[in-house]
Amino acid sequence: MGKFLKRSAQGAGVPHEKGTSNLATVVMPLPSKIVLSMNQHIGAPAAPQVKKGDQVYVGSVVGKSGGFVSSDIHSGVSGKVDGITTIVAPNGAVQTAVVIIPDGEQKVDPAIQPPVVTDLKSLQNAVRASGLVGLGGAGFPTAVKLAPKNLDEVDTLLVNGAECEPFITSDNRCLLEDTKYILSGIKTVMKYMDLKQCVIGIEGNKPEAIAHMQKAIGGDSSITVKTLPCRYPQGAEKVLIENCTGREVPFPGLPSDVGVVVMNVTSIAFVGKYLETGMPLVTKRLTVDGDIVKEPKNVEVIIGTPVQELLDFCGGLTDEPGKVLYGGPMMGNCLADLSQPILKNNNAILAFSKKWAHLPKETNCIHCGRCTNACPLGLSAKEIVQAYQDGNVELLHELNADLCMSCGTCSFVCPAKRPLAPSIALAKIMMKNGGKK
Amino acid sequence: MANKLIVTAAPHITDNDSTQKIMGRVCLALVPTLVASTIIFGLNSLILTVVTVAACVFFEWAWCKLRHKDIPIEDLSAVVTGMLLAFNMPATLPPWMAIVGAFIAIVIVKQLFGGLGYNFANPAIVARIAMAVGFASKMSSYPFGGGVDALASATPLAVSSELGASNYVTLLLGNHGGVLGETCAITLIIGGIYLIITKVISPIIPVTYLATVAVLSVLFGLDPIVQLLSGGLMLGAFFMATDYVTSPTTDKGKLIFGLILGLITMMIRKFGTMNEGVSFAILLGNLLVPYIDINTRQDRLGIAKKKKEAAAK
Repeated sequence: MGKFLKRSAQGAGVPHEKGTSNLATVVMPLPSKIVLSMNQHIGAPAAPQVKKGDQVYVGSVVGKSGGFVSSDIHSGVSGKVDGITTIVAPNGAVQTAVVIIPDGEQKVDPAIQPPVVTDLKSLQNAVRASGLVGLGGAGFPTAVKLAPKNLDEVDTLLVNGAECEPFITSDNRCLLEDTKYILSGIKTVMKYMDLKQCVIGIEGNKPEAIAHMQKAIGGDSSITVKTLPCRYPQGAEKVLIENCTGREVPFPGLPSDVGVVVMNVTSIAFVGKYLETGMPLVTKRLTVDGDIVKEPKNVEVIIGTPVQELLDFCGGLTDEPGKVLYGGPMMGNCLADLSQPILKNNNAILAFSKKWAHLPKETNCIHCGRCTNACPLGLSAKEIVQAYQDGNVELLHELNADLCMSCGTCSFVCPAKRPLAPSIALAKIMMKNGGKK
Repeated sequence: MANKLIVTAAPHITDNDSTQKIMGRVCLALVPTLVASTIIFGLNSLILTVVTVAACVFFEWAWCKLRHKDIPIEDLSAVVTGMLLAFNMPATLPPWMAIVGAFIAIVIVKQLFGGLGYNFANPAIVARIAMAVGFASKMSSYPFGGGVDALASATPLAVSSELGASNYVTLLLGNHGGVLGETCAITLIIGGIYLIITKVISPIIPVTYLATVAVLSVLFGLDPIVQLLSGGLMLGAFFMATDYVTSPTTDKGKLIFGLILGLITMMIRKFGTMNEGVSFAILLGNLLVPYIDINTRQDRLGIAKKKKEAAAK
């Protein structure tokens, strides 16, 4: 009730649908080919370092980072480069991609060896070389997060294990299966960034993972587990920071402005594992689920595997697909076709029937205010959408429409079924363009 | 490509709740009061309610048909308006007057302003006020005793100075003179609590409204329990003031709205020439909603803090 009259920020009671949470991760066999997009992260695309016919090995660099905010791309198979092509990304952008045909030997690149980390600089370099990007979904290059401008003021590492999206359980499996690496990753980052405390935020619908982590932490008082309420979107960075530390990230600003570095649980586990093995980011744990997936699974899959082959590994589809999603149903993107590859920041592939994909008809706004009271950031979706329809850019600025993170809570709770979140996304574009739709 | 996939913007799921379900719950919450009024005032209550609801739904259908708009009657909002409007009429009212009221509510107040979500004031309130002015004598002859032949009696508010504590039970049960849906406080409270539990309405408006009335009654030297339980206050506080379209959005706004309604109601009751202040209070409150809304927005995460810091510097 502390927030009463300030910001109700109720969030949404989204369905959990975590049917796969008890399914241990299985490793998918080699696919027939891998398609490596050169843009699997926020920032500049990577530049292909190979040409048709080149031999590559597991862990070989295929794409070279295109700038400070960018990331290397590595091969997850040994084999021959089949060619360089273009693919259409989920957001509609056309991207360069390298196609590799595996030779089945899975020979590891001889250059792969555990990195030597002695200080923060060498940790940043190692993480940069690993190709790690924010695995929670945003795909923000992790090395950049480890190099905040105000390092002295940063005191807290926040590990995001909220996993608030329905259906997805890959982070839950990570918490249960990669515990050792999570803790070694946390300790390394805390040591070299000189952080005082670490909070692992886990939504209350994962009691097993919470108990498991608490047990694994043991007597270490610098690491605590915070049980988060089951209200979407607990995993949203700013919401997580406020709930775990009571700090409000200023806008515009970064978590480091309030002394926090946020990493997804899968990212931190990867850091732990990478420091031990030196193997770059070439595989990813995914939840494959949805009403038409025959055998829902948690799968460890080589990045670049075509979605069709992953679905085939899960027994195929029981009905004609309506929608297939990269990620969860709240923020995930639709695939245009099943030949598209798995990306670094995917944490689920969800396939749904046509019936499921059908959304109810939009009706008039009844001003119930549910969008406003649910918005985790305190925005008023109905006012923003009205201002957008009126072309009132000044009002959009006043309403801070650009603060919106597109979590979809407003659309979800709307009883009139209005597509508020996509409209706000358009409003943000209008703000950038200074008034043109 | 053999099989085309559907591509839409996220999110891909929505809540199970809908406008229709919300309106349905409001109707359900009004049913106990309808039953009570049928017991108190006789079958005429039920007939008048059915006529008003049917007229409201008909006008909504006919207007949208004539204007070639989508016909939204399945959203049940016209049913809610019809029920609320009927609850504001005495059981002796001739049905044709109820139909005129339905026309005012649906066509003039709601559809002419753009339909559901665009009306500036609560349709049932405006229709009630228009009828109170237009059909003054019929609208204020309150029957009691189970039918049209009963003698008209004054509402408790008109004679509240003569009422003692022994009459609280009478007020609670509603077996006294008044309009259909206002007399039985107990069923209105049950309906209101049902709406709060099912999260159709927030408790903030009714609670602040009723609390303000209670406090002001004490200050004005009136019996607060009589003031709370009589007149249109319970119906107004739980069902009319909480109408989404014509009440503020945020918690802060709702609190202010409740205070304003309580203040206007008690001012009219104490100093006005009319006994009943609830309808006018809600109408005046409705007109203030846009101004309340733009001045009571929530603090946005990370924005307020920055402003405060800037102010400190």
